Amino acid sequence: MTSLLEISNLRVSFPTDDGDVHAVDNLSLTLNAGETVAIVGESGSGKTVTSLSVMGLHNPRSTKLSGSIKIPDGDQVIDVVNDDAEKVRNMRGRVMSMIFQDPMSSLHPYFRIGKQLAEAYLVHNPGKKEEARKRTVEMLDLVGIPEPAKRAKDYPHQFSGGMRQRVMIAMALMNTPRVLIADEPTTALDVTVQAQILTLMQGIQKEFNMGILLITHDLGVVAAIADRVSVMYAGNIVEQGSADDIFYRPMAPYTVGLLNSVPKITYGEKQRLQSIAGQPPSLINLPSGCAFSPRCTYIENAPAGSCAATLPDLVGVSSSHVSRCHIPESDRPQVFSHVAGGK
Amino acid sequence: MSTETALFSIQNLTKHFPVKKSGVFNNQKALVKAVDGISLDIAEGETVGIVGESGCGKTTAGRSFLKLIEPTSGKIIYKGEDITNLKPGKMRPLRAELQIIFQDPYSALNPRQTIGNIISAPFEIQGITPDGGVKKEVQRLMERVGLNPEHFNRYPHEFSGGQRQRIGIARAIALKPKFVVADEPVSALDVSIQAQVINLLEDLKREDGITIVFIAHDLSVVQHISDRVVVMYLGKIMEISDSNNLYSAPRHPYTKALLSAVPQADPHIERTRERIILSGDLPSPMNPPSGCVFSTRCWKAQDICHSKTPEMVQVGQSQVACHFPE
Repeated sequence: MTSLLEISNLRVSFPTDDGDVHAVDNLSLTLNAGETVAIVGESGSGKTVTSLSVMGLHNPRSTKLSGSIKIPDGDQVIDVVNDDAEKVRNMRGRVMSMIFQDPMSSLHPYFRIGKQLAEAYLVHNPGKKEEARKRTVEMLDLVGIPEPAKRAKDYPHQFSGGMRQRVMIAMALMNTPRVLIADEPTTALDVTVQAQILTLMQGIQKEFNMGILLITHDLGVVAAIADRVSVMYAGNIVEQGSADDIFYRPMAPYTVGLLNSVPKITYGEKQRLQSIAGQPPSLINLPSGCAFSPRCTYIENAPAGSCAATLPDLVGVSSSHVSRCHIPESDRPQVFSHVAGGK
Repeated sequence: MSTETALFSIQNLTKHFPVKKSGVFNNQKALVKAVDGISLDIAEGETVGIVGESGCGKTTAGRSFLKLIEPTSGKIIYKGEDITNLKPGKMRPLRAELQIIFQDPYSALNPRQTIGNIISAPFEIQGITPDGGVKKEVQRLMERVGLNPEHFNRYPHEFSGGQRQRIGIARAIALKPKFVVADEPVSALDVSIQAQVINLLEDLKREDGITIVFIAHDLSVVQHISDRVVVMYLGKIMEISDSNNLYSAPRHPYTKALLSAVPQADPHIERTRERIILSGDLPSPMNPPSGCVFSTRCWKAQDICHSKTPEMVQVGQSQVACHFPE
């Protein structure tokens, strides 16, 4: 196995009294060393569920999982979906770790941050207290916390939001993982702090040659750091390709709609935003066929009735670029509001 | 534009919140200077965007414009009349003309009232009966903001976030206001829904000539919807600029840093541009830096910046509070 992470045919659903909630349907994805892969989608598209499944953090009693999530660890390959929990726990934090959206609620308010960081190290290196202390200071220094030895004795409330997110990143790096999952790492932060954190993440990625799986709804953040992008809608990947493919040559009507919905900072005349009508469907009661079809403005370009009848397959546009749509390639919509960039 | 011709004008507005300082013998009260001396003239029909990071005072400013928070000092002038010290009873008739749209569409609607009741409350409070009766008018308003009028008897929980924001907008425009403060109206919404609500606000502005103060932290949204943009930092205005000029010619170093930090949905721009990374965090508004409040994080700061507060000066098409504007 050459990649750091290989998800194939992942399905995640939650049984409820009203029927199964299909959060993720048939998702496949690979992540290589030194690469950032982004999963973009709106709320309820299944992006966070995907990231939690990769970490093995789903609740096994209320979640139905199938498919496989393979992560190599030394000379063996662990499958998060099918291997037993003990094996996954042994790997969590060491081979793959995660940064969460809200740095306030992911740090324990009662413990000094030094203790919380050291704990992450001690879980995998029991008894090595002195090394843990040294490593804590090193990592805090690496993520740009001034006076790391002194700040390690502070409590989470003594840090600002941006600093807390740095602490979270330091914690995720304690065992130098090869896969970092960042679930909306900058959503709770102000733009100037967001710029600091994104720059930090890129620097660390280079230093450790890590693979980053970035989960976000913010197309700006995706454009800033992602190499490859998967766009999700209602649990399905609708388009997958390089960042340039997605932003300059989008093929799925949903991706086009999403790009047209984002206001861009422009010099001259402002164009009216082209919004997507309607709202995302309920995951319990998905529309038949293509889940996006009730909101799709280009549905008449598709062969009559096909959109409501079957979910289109992910079809290759080029070797690295796949999209899911019944509309013939030549009749697909275009992004209209791109002014700058683009080739 | 001058204060005389402006529809809405604020002069040297401040809002300080007292907080207790800790310590046994220290009974002195400290002040959080949320808004610290801002002045702004807003013309009729104009959309003014207020942008800034969390804690810069933009929400406090917006609320004190409408006297939802009593300002500590300064003047609020609406249609040439000083409304700063109006008693609530005198203020009430004016409230029909001055409205607000709130950020969080989940907590801004009473969960035990039907949508019909929520949108008709302004008529009841002001004692106004519109032509054709309240119910007909409410249904017209629902249709206007893109809701199905048949959902008159439904409760807020039956609507999605975007629809709830539409309900909030319908309530705000019910009495045909002249001046609306929209406080982060789209930041809780998904991108595709956000575009719907922005378009709706633009339609209302164009068709009904409503003057809007649009408060948001997202610079690209603010730039898109506004005619002029006000950049705030730590309770003070840093720059007021025509929205088309802001991007091509930012005058204040903070505006420049802010613009360079906004990620844009375009990988080519993102790969080639230089980000200005501001060091450190926002200083505490309880103890703001002396002189220019931005001086502690500014790369251009000289001695004078730490000692003397810069005045607002006209540079090109912008007003800017900086000793060394671009």
